[in-house]
Amino acid sequence: MKAWVFGDNIDTDAIAPGRYMKLGIEEIAMHCLEQVSPAFSSSVVKGDFVVGGRNFGTGSSREQAPAALKHLGVAALIAESFAGLFYRNALNLGLPALVCANARRIRSGDRLEMDLDSAVILNKTNGEKLECEPLPAHLVAMVRDGGLLAHLEKRLK
Amino acid sequence: MTQTLAQKLVARAAGRSSVTPGEIVTCKVDLAMMHDSSGPRRIKPMLERLGAKVWDASKVVVITDHYLPAYDEESRNIIRIARDWVREAGVVNFYDAQGICHVVLPERGHLRPGMFAVGGDSHSPTGGAFAAYMFGIGATEMLGVLVTGEIWLKVPHTIAIEFDGALGAGVAAKDVMLFLIGRLGMDGGQYQAVEYRGAAIRKLPMQERMTLCNMTAELGGQTGLIASDSVTQEFLKSGTNEAWDSDPGAPVLEHHRFNAGELPPQVAAPHSPENTKSVREFQDVRVDLAYIGACTGAKLEDLRMAARVLKNRKSSVRLIVAPASLRDQQAAEREGTLQVLIDAGAELLANSCGMCAGYGEHLLADNAVAISSTARNFKGRMGAASAQVYLASPYTVAASAVTGRISDPRDLLA
Repeated sequence: MKAWVFGDNIDTDAIAPGRYMKLGIEEIAMHCLEQVSPAFSSSVVKGDFVVGGRNFGTGSSREQAPAALKHLGVAALIAESFAGLFYRNALNLGLPALVCANARRIRSGDRLEMDLDSAVILNKTNGEKLECEPLPAHLVAMVRDGGLLAHLEKRLK
Repeated sequence: MTQTLAQKLVARAAGRSSVTPGEIVTCKVDLAMMHDSSGPRRIKPMLERLGAKVWDASKVVVITDHYLPAYDEESRNIIRIARDWVREAGVVNFYDAQGICHVVLPERGHLRPGMFAVGGDSHSPTGGAFAAYMFGIGATEMLGVLVTGEIWLKVPHTIAIEFDGALGAGVAAKDVMLFLIGRLGMDGGQYQAVEYRGAAIRKLPMQERMTLCNMTAELGGQTGLIASDSVTQEFLKSGTNEAWDSDPGAPVLEHHRFNAGELPPQVAAPHSPENTKSVREFQDVRVDLAYIGACTGAKLEDLRMAARVLKNRKSSVRLIVAPASLRDQQAAEREGTLQVLIDAGAELLANSCGMCAGYGEHLLADNAVAISSTARNFKGRMGAASAQVYLASPYTVAASAVTGRISDPRDLLA
């Protein structure tokens, strides 16, 4: 589906603003990235991709940042690099986060397809194949289970 | 095989004699710290869904600091959940309204050199100042720790930051970090372990070291570490003198070396801690408000810095001080530091995260220009999106409060 492209150092306060943090994820998601792209939360559709530059998700440990993106239906995050804490949080929620050296080649509105096992993004708009860094096996298994909570549920039962 | 401090700490927690950077290991957690925002209110429903219990309640510490003072229905509810949950879960290490978690945790003796600890907050690397491997995680990952007592880790490389000499008068740990973030970028730490070394670091008191490790979050490191020494032992009042340090010559990913004496006070312009330059470059900027707050900027040492500048002076703008912990506030009161700040016109706020997190009642108004001793000046974080926040040391914040524009504290201290 469609790519939404953002720049470098997109921070967690932009993704999940502090003033809404006391509320549920539905309300936080309505304000997701509003400072950067006011139309994003109302226009993004299930299956869309969010693409960042370097250090996407810098800042807070607040898991509501990736949770808001997931709640809005985002299928995966692709960036040149992620802030480490945000990256762990996204995967723990079952939201794939792929590190792609060529993330900047993706344009807003490009139609993308992802293969998680091979960590390859196909840009259907221009036919380009973008290779991403493959996730370690234990993380692919966790993401496939739907995140750490579902993974633990499976393990404990 | 020579190993860095980070490798030694991770190896111990992984039950290994040594580890190699890049390999994935599972570590046993010695301590898990949570606050009211990412803690019980998020953990409780997930634990119930799993029908699971906390692996070891004696290793859990809960500290309320984000939604204090509670000011509406939602925030009161978040704090109430924390209070109820610790009772249900049998967590006795509970500090309610005692200050900000990163300051309260070591203050109450929960950290020791050699530990492996996680915190439900991005500024958890603060614990690394005590030669403990401590880093921040999100709520779901905290759930994983609470259920299993373990966490996976990619063994970090070490980025060595060495400061020779000594910091000049009116220059502080905050200036060191703003300088490094400006120089190396918010991802300069590459989610590796950043180790602060050198004569200038050894000379810093414990709370200044905490500021270095704390802002390793803004430098993009997973943790910030400082080897243990007599300063560590004195602060912890511990009888042990187990030394935790990197082996001489242990390989590092990067080694950056600076002369501390050459560093002038630093200021980060809106809206990123990366936008750092020397204070002299900002001297025309007028400010409406000066804020001394947060784990990174309102500990006893920070309050002392502000008081050194503000003694027998008045703030010409609104000056807000939110001491980072109740104990630090009481100590500041006993020694007279607090009175200096109050005499200068400071308005005292609660011992909580306050404006820094943008959670509470006090937020910046439209177009307000603030200078703040906090850690982040992201757009809209502390209030209105149009507000302009400059980050600086408590010295520089205090000096700017006096003159009403961004000022070099060395001119006032002279």
